[in-house]
Amino acid sequence: MSTAEVTLPARRHRQSALARAWAFVKRHALTVYSLLFFAYLMLPIGVVIAFSFNNPKGRFNYTWQGFTFKNWQQWNAIPNLQSAITLSLEIALIASLVATALGTLIALALVRYGFRGRGSTNLLVFLPLSTPEIVLGASLATLFLNSTSLHFNIQFGFWTILVAHVMFCISFAVVTVKARLIGFDRHLEEAAMDLGANEWRTFQKVTLPLIAPAILAALLLCFAISIDDFVVTYFNAGSRVTFPIFVWGAARVATPPQINVIGTAIFAVAVTLMLGNVFLQRVRESKGAV
Amino acid sequence: MGFFHRHRGLTPYLLLAPGMLWLTLFFLVPLGFLAYQSLQSGSIDFGYSFTWAWSNYSDALRNYRGQFERSFLYAGIATLIALVVSYPVAYWIAFRGGRWKNLLLLFIVAPFFVTYLIRTLAWETILSDNGLVVRTLDHLHLLGVLGQNGRILSTGTAVVAGITYNFLPFMALPLYVSLEQIDETLIEAAEDLYASKWRAFWRVTFPLSLPGVVAGTLLTFIPAAGDFINAQLLGSPSTHMIGNVINSKYNDLIDYPAAAAMSFILMAIILAMVLLYARAVGTEKLTG
Repeated sequence: MSTAEVTLPARRHRQSALARAWAFVKRHALTVYSLLFFAYLMLPIGVVIAFSFNNPKGRFNYTWQGFTFKNWQQWNAIPNLQSAITLSLEIALIASLVATALGTLIALALVRYGFRGRGSTNLLVFLPLSTPEIVLGASLATLFLNSTSLHFNIQFGFWTILVAHVMFCISFAVVTVKARLIGFDRHLEEAAMDLGANEWRTFQKVTLPLIAPAILAALLLCFAISIDDFVVTYFNAGSRVTFPIFVWGAARVATPPQINVIGTAIFAVAVTLMLGNVFLQRVRESKGAV
Repeated sequence: MGFFHRHRGLTPYLLLAPGMLWLTLFFLVPLGFLAYQSLQSGSIDFGYSFTWAWSNYSDALRNYRGQFERSFLYAGIATLIALVVSYPVAYWIAFRGGRWKNLLLLFIVAPFFVTYLIRTLAWETILSDNGLVVRTLDHLHLLGVLGQNGRILSTGTAVVAGITYNFLPFMALPLYVSLEQIDETLIEAAEDLYASKWRAFWRVTFPLSLPGVVAGTLLTFIPAAGDFINAQLLGSPSTHMIGNVINSKYNDLIDYPAAAAMSFILMAIILAMVLLYARAVGTEKLTG
């Protein structure tokens, strides 16, 4: 009897704590789940960053052996790594500039003008996005391989990689800029025209500043896609080695931790840029600007 | 600018010309060359010539049926998992994200900022034989179901896990975009009319998010079906997909006609599935 008297209040207390915990989980189930989801997303990234500080004994960097800064200090100690990164950066820079320029023009035509062949233009922009990369890579390589029979002698290398990257980046640029063009108020342009500005001046003074954020976003997106691309590049690179191709080759024989160093560095730069963008938007919104 | 005024009808074509020319020359024309290549016969030593060799297609289907089936099976499972796993999160960001929306979206796309091959290699570490994942699955007696010979690496499970992770943002982002556009007063109206939260979700929210579901599924399924990196790095020859075969035929064995024929079969199956799927769901907004 006495034990029951003693334990009863305690049990009731525990029950209510449990009930409260259950109520909390029920109310915040979606939040708890989402946080777990983000943990899952971040897990491999954490591994990549952690293993850039690993001190592997063998040729492979798959098990944790000890902490070191050595890989960061000697990031370019692996033969051919630095030249691979340089090539990747050059290609990404040029390809994103060219693809964004071409893509912005297409987006302007698609949103601003009604013209014959709009449907097929949309289709031609959409098709590369829905074609598996391996098909894009193999078909473009086939064109270059057969170029001799057309009396062009195209050698695989820098230019073939660049052509390929511009090709698969254009559609992404069109989609990004188009979304912004559809979203904005055309009356602003009409007002400028009413006030006597011609088409070019209206574009320069009204349209361009308004779509500038989208153009910047397209540039960043194309840069990111280009620098990360492996499949299409692998088919069209010949003997040139970009950073992803370097990683691919390394994965077969040895994975130096310097690969993780570069991966971490690219990640850090990209996240900083994106955070800056988020922050800028926040500032702009709080100022009440468009 | 007088020229533009006199020929206003020309302006859109001038804007389109450079980009469209690029896409035609380096996307459409190459597909034609690939088609031409797929009907050639011969050998690497004596060269290939065009002979209407339809047998390339039948041989590919006969000899690599397993790899074709595996491609669509793995891609299908990965797409389904990605949809189920990321829908609640997209919902959470769209309706509860508040002023943190943009930051949370940044987290969603963060994996894309780590080089594809490197993040796949990271999964090799995570799923390694004595790693936490394998030991946990062993405790739960799931290792025998999901793995083989006490391993997860080099099994189909590892390949599906890699594909799911690598293409997850392609699923989550379109889902978020379509959920974000939903007018919340519609959901409130349903609840005012005595629909339970659950019923309001299935009758109002989910149907309105269908464009995102369709876009996300396609954006995940198509690259997944053509992928060979996950199967190469996380799998074994018995888990290889059609992408692995195309890659080795093209780049290692220099058997261009076979690789070309397989590429076209892959594209044709994907196209057929996309059309069937689009018809089933009834969305005509595929091309935006």
